[in-house]
Amino acid sequence: MVEKNRALNAAKYVFAIAVAVGVLAPFAWMFVTSVGSARDLAAAPPRLAPSEWNLDRYRAIFTSASKTDVAYAFRVAMGNSLVVAGAVTLAALVAGGLAAYSFARLEFRGRRPLLLFMLFTYMAPPVVFVIPLYALFEKLGWLNSRSALVLLYSSFVIPFIVWVMRGFFASISRSYEDAAAMDGCTRLQALWHVFLPMARPGFIATGILAFLMSWDEFFMALVFTSNLKAKTISVAIAEFNGKFSIDYGMISAGGVLASLPPVIIALAFQKYIVMGMTSGGVKE
Amino acid sequence: MHRRNSEGAFALAISSPALLIVFGVVLFPLATTLAYSFMNMELISADRGSFAGLRNYAEVLGSEAFWAALGRTAWFTAASTLIETVLGLFIALLLNESFAGVRFLRTIVLIPWAIPTIVNGSLWKWIYNGEYGVMNAIMLKLGLIAEYRSWLSDPFAAMNLVVVADAWKMTPLAAIFFLAALQSVNKATYEAAVVDGAGAVRRFFSLTLPYLAPTILIVLLMRTVEKFKAFDIFYMITKGGPANGTKVLMYETYLSAFTNLQYSKAATYSYLFVIIIAGLTALYVRALDKSEASNG
Repeated sequence: MVEKNRALNAAKYVFAIAVAVGVLAPFAWMFVTSVGSARDLAAAPPRLAPSEWNLDRYRAIFTSASKTDVAYAFRVAMGNSLVVAGAVTLAALVAGGLAAYSFARLEFRGRRPLLLFMLFTYMAPPVVFVIPLYALFEKLGWLNSRSALVLLYSSFVIPFIVWVMRGFFASISRSYEDAAAMDGCTRLQALWHVFLPMARPGFIATGILAFLMSWDEFFMALVFTSNLKAKTISVAIAEFNGKFSIDYGMISAGGVLASLPPVIIALAFQKYIVMGMTSGGVKE
Repeated sequence: MHRRNSEGAFALAISSPALLIVFGVVLFPLATTLAYSFMNMELISADRGSFAGLRNYAEVLGSEAFWAALGRTAWFTAASTLIETVLGLFIALLLNESFAGVRFLRTIVLIPWAIPTIVNGSLWKWIYNGEYGVMNAIMLKLGLIAEYRSWLSDPFAAMNLVVVADAWKMTPLAAIFFLAALQSVNKATYEAAVVDGAGAVRRFFSLTLPYLAPTILIVLLMRTVEKFKAFDIFYMITKGGPANGTKVLMYETYLSAFTNLQYSKAATYSYLFVIIIAGLTALYVRALDKSEASNG
């Protein structure tokens, strides 16, 4: 029995190390590529540690002023991503939070069909929306606009938030709001002063997921943006990657920077992310 | 009755921003795309805009390209979902144990999931690179290959390498889901099973697996829907090639809409897509309802 346990324990550690390496190595490789010299990148077999640390690419991304520079494009696109994801998160939390409250707490006609339609909008392939929207936005002059991206993203982030938050809200006891109502609070007052403080973790959790979803979005940004006025970092990286001679060093530097916000958020708020994902039973 | 009415009005009032944004954006294109799928909208056609009945559907469903794309999508979906679920389950079991370093492991395991899809694609494309890629170097060193290969120029290999790239990013999600379920397990039942002399394997099959079954079902359905819609990673790594080997449904639809400007065909693909997704969503909702019912 003891022998068997020892073998099992060893297997456990071997697997644990394999998982740790498997999780970290590809990302670490991207980082190594981003600081390697041009010679390192063209070495075969590849050098696992760079011969010298070359931070020029990062410097270029942060400082380049030349508008034809990829580094410059990465910086502007990263800014666009931040603005769009931030605005979507805010809009979706306010609009989605209110709607989730009414779906979780209030009785009204059409509640279930509306809720299911929300879920469907979130699940539906985006391509079913984009052909007519592209023609419409072109007419309205809304292509290459960050506001247009915010609107588009909100249309699938809000349903997601409603779906997840509704599940979360339903788990908060009703009795506090009832007590507040007895004390003469109006519905809005009870919502604001009593319910909202208790629902805060739900807002944090879904807010984080909304931000990550918007940061990750690619398809709509690809279709609706073609210049740096609104192009997001994912589109900028994909576009640069499509060129004939790919500078993997630069792409990797951009990739590392584009990964930092979501990775830091995932590490810092893991508890909330898990809560958000499991309370609605929905993905990413 | 009065209370009921005012409640409904209040509900509508506070939901209106969300409903306006969502329905405002979504309804018009949903209806228009549906209309396109029954019309002749091809740019080069002389009677553009005419009613086509079910002709578009007949054409698409009768084309080899559609079934080939559906087959590739099904392969991608099945392979990556299977890897994610099985590997995710093992990782969850590991993370549910207590040993030195498990907290660290639980923290870092979400990193791949957090990396943006496009960055993940570019990262793996670089790893798979035929001249400088690290995969060639490792496989050569292990003696698995005799010389460097350009992996992405073989259609079937390319598809499976996209599966690997996708599974790397998404396995943590499945693992975290299963871990959350495992942590709410009733410990006493397990201890009783240990006392009764049930071995680890037996405990896994007779206790853990049945307990996790509803979660597994939900993860499977949820991932299936997502995989069916996969586009970004294909756009990034293979662009549907080589020799159409990775042209999945979404990619085919994207090409007909934005490269070939065949709006009717794209619209028809989209709605066939919608039918598949709606079916999967219905299954998903039923699974959720069931697991809610069984959890109390």
